[in-house]
Amino acid sequence: MSAETPDVLVVGAGPAGLAAADAARRAGARVVLLDAAGDAGGQYWRHLPASRPAAAERVLHHGWDRFAALRGQEVLTDAQVWLAERHDDRPPTLHVLVGPADGSDRVRRTFAPTTLVLATGAYERTLPFPGWDLPGVFTAGAAQALAKAERIAVGRRVVVAGAGPFLLPVAASLVRTGAQVLGVLEANGWRRLARAWSARPAELLSTRHKAGELAGYVRDLARHRIPYRTGTAVVAAHGTDRVTSVTVARLDADWAPVMGSERRVPADAVCVSHGFVPRTELAVSAGCRLTRDGGVRTDENGLTSVPGVYAAGEITGIGGADLALAEGVVAGLAAAAAADPAGGGISAGQRRDRTVNQRFAARLEAAHGIRPGWVGWLADDTVICRCEEVTAGDLRAGAAATGSRGLRSLKLSTRAGLGVCQGRVCGRTVEDLLNRHTGGLLDAGRTETRPLAAFVRLGELAAGADKEEPA
Amino acid sequence: MNPRQDPVRPGPASPITVIVDGSAVRGLAGQTVAGVLLAAGRLAWRTTRSGRPRGVFCGIGVCHDCLVTVNGLADVRACQRRAADGDTVSTEDEA
Amino acid sequence: MKVVVVGAGIVGAAIARELAMAGVSVVVLDRSASAGGTSAAGEGNLLVSDKGPGAELSLALRSLTLWRSLLPEVADTFPSIEYETKGGLVVATTDAGAAALRAFADLQRTAGVSAAEVDGLDYEPDLNSAHTAAIFYPQDAQVQPAIATEALLAVARRHGASVRQGVEVLGPLRGGDRLTGVATSGGDVSGDHVVVAAGPWSGEVARRLGVELPVRPRRGTILVTTRMRQRIRHKVYDADYVGAVGSDDAALQTSSVVESTAAGTVLIGSSRERRGFDERIEARVLSAVAAKALVLFPFLAGVAVMRAYGGFRPFVPDHLPVIGPDPRLPGLWHATGHEGAGIVLSTATGELLGDLLLGRAPRVPAEAFAVDRPTLRPHLEPSPDQ
Repeated sequence: MSAETPDVLVVGAGPAGLAAADAARRAGARVVLLDAAGDAGGQYWRHLPASRPAAAERVLHHGWDRFAALRGQEVLTDAQVWLAERHDDRPPTLHVLVGPADGSDRVRRTFAPTTLVLATGAYERTLPFPGWDLPGVFTAGAAQALAKAERIAVGRRVVVAGAGPFLLPVAASLVRTGAQVLGVLEANGWRRLARAWSARPAELLSTRHKAGELAGYVRDLARHRIPYRTGTAVVAAHGTDRVTSVTVARLDADWAPVMGSERRVPADAVCVSHGFVPRTELAVSAGCRLTRDGGVRTDENGLTSVPGVYAAGEITGIGGADLALAEGVVAGLAAAAAADPAGGGISAGQRRDRTVNQRFAARLEAAHGIRPGWVGWLADDTVICRCEEVTAGDLRAGAAATGSRGLRSLKLSTRAGLGVCQGRVCGRTVEDLLNRHTGGLLDAGRTETRPLAAFVRLGELAAGADKEEPA
Repeated sequence: MNPRQDPVRPGPASPITVIVDGSAVRGLAGQTVAGVLLAAGRLAWRTTRSGRPRGVFCGIGVCHDCLVTVNGLADVRACQRRAADGDTVSTEDEA
Repeated sequence: MKVVVVGAGIVGAAIARELAMAGVSVVVLDRSASAGGTSAAGEGNLLVSDKGPGAELSLALRSLTLWRSLLPEVADTFPSIEYETKGGLVVATTDAGAAALRAFADLQRTAGVSAAEVDGLDYEPDLNSAHTAAIFYPQDAQVQPAIATEALLAVARRHGASVRQGVEVLGPLRGGDRLTGVATSGGDVSGDHVVVAAGPWSGEVARRLGVELPVRPRRGTILVTTRMRQRIRHKVYDADYVGAVGSDDAALQTSSVVESTAAGTVLIGSSRERRGFDERIEARVLSAVAAKALVLFPFLAGVAVMRAYGGFRPFVPDHLPVIGPDPRLPGLWHATGHEGAGIVLSTATGELLGDLLLGRAPRVPAEAFAVDRPTLRPHLEPSPDQ
């Protein structure tokens, strides 16, 4: 199979990828921009398909004009990268299947780009709680995606809970999709929020449109009489075959539930988000080093530890769409310049945008990062790994029975993280819990190693058997 | 939501029909399989090994809770696959 | 007596169990966590079907007996080691392959292997009906290898062994001509004997202790499907597998091994390639493995593969495990080189090493596995490419 060789290949057509591809194209590079979804926009600008036009879609979005300007580019959609073959001295060879999601006869394409920009985004980190595997419990991102791309509200009476500013736009979308939002529950108390958000106010001035965006959401909650409660969490969901109510409790500063503060709230849906996990499997396969927080480590140009591989957006650490756009521009220009040294460079202003927005990202973590007390709401029979239905008790028992300090061994003996999602949902939580039970894992971090980035049908794999050239 | 009250002011969309476990379910062109099922009032459609019901959880293709069989092909993420008119969807039961 | 076992994989675990049960004071060291290397990267094969008459087959047959006898030890206190006597079905897909397979089975029968030619479709209804011969091996079995390793370590602990994880061997402790222990990242650990059971890393450990041992990694790759209704009942592999196992070729070889696990997934192997400790997963290898599997089971074409993983088998040039004392350095013992058969051979390896170390009469002929056997002797000097 002969590989296509664009100057710049951009994986992911969300804000960062769109900005990167646009910037690289303007610099004169031959660019391929691809995305696994059927449409550009990523999760942030997820929208109705072309077959369902709407006159006022922008009411669900921020920065819609910017998207409108970026989306005119050519995007290879329904293109699932399933394998990145590492070369260390240059970008990986990317193996792509083009066709309907999880299909069986997709077209195999191979790319050996001169430079690569990874803009694969992030997905939610959701902490487990009793009942979180009941239908009617969604990630906040699911509520957002269904509202934006399907015009479906996940429930009629909905509780939004977790940590971080992302809860606010989710509530806003739910309201605009016909749901009643019973409350937005932020796990952190006012004290922590205020300390993180009010420190060094001058710094925030340069991201004031961001602060303004959040203030807008807060006003929106007030207008719809939606309570915003801090230091509060959903600690259990109840029902037999679907959610019918949730238990809400106050949390202390470490997120430990306060005894006696529990109360039952009838609800038919709960949307939960406790932060985000960078989607790093391709970067890990490519050989890119990660930061301690699990994002891809980059320099000021977005260059990773692998020559010719750049990263931009949430994959480098969670910072929101403005940072993703700024990083995308810088990485796209740097990638284009590296592919063709005769081309242009990056302006000081473009670099400054990136730095300013990074400070915002640091505040996010300081204000909303997960605290260890949450394990206080787990019961022994609470499912931790949803796919394999491994409970908190199973993890503790597995660690005790084996005495192993190996994540790999404990995953194999408990089956946590071995199911269809391959630990994407539970991986970090399993590592956290096993770290506690073992006194420290010796091979932590393995969770993010997933050589196959997506399902591949055996027949699709076999179809390439005679055509593969040795790399 | 009800298109007449929808603030995005939706335009016309073409109807499609999907066969779900033998019954015809109406949807709109461009919807995902999960979208068709949820809009038809189904919240759960997969059964885990221990017999628990599952439907959409993450909605963005990560959790794989919403797997369905489409036109005989198992393990398709309902939240990622666009429904096509005439698709046959069957729900998955691991119990 | 005190013995230091280097390596907390299945071979080290089996040795620790054997010695601890015999009253020896045992400390197991691993530079990382238990069951984290080769023992966690395979299918958990307990096979006799791929072995021709000889020393390795004797060791495998003894091992199967020992696996059965130790089941009660691990039954109550542990997650199941998923021991299944499911039997193996070896399938030929060409006429020449059928003749070779029948001849091989005839030989095996002379050495105590049960092998019956059957109608493959009676055993595997979804098998490609175009196959040319099928031999059923009822002795072939399977365990979940990581759990089995942990279970053996747990038994060793119950008999007083200690397992120290995250402790790396750095060099020898010597008393005169004798090895008296190892210097480690966690301090000196002394012992009357040191057993290196570090799988494909045994060569490196031996070098640190001052001797050359020709153990090299032989790469393998496995595909894991999503869970499905059980349609594959046995270990099913194509007859090429036997040739690939015994091959000396460093280049990529694939042959198909397909089986269901207790969890409901299907494991599809296998590839063999010598290219050092290179962990990269490559499309050409996955495609070749997939294509071979579809020859056996065409229905798998639509099945989703959710994971691919690689591992390293401990390869020695003459394809036999190395089990016994190192005559060059008194106090040093080896138990390695089991290539892809370490899971099955672990139990009899532990017993044999115990026999030799404790002066008991060996229950299998030990000479074939000796460090200085004629076929290995030329490889005991450092080679220029190392």
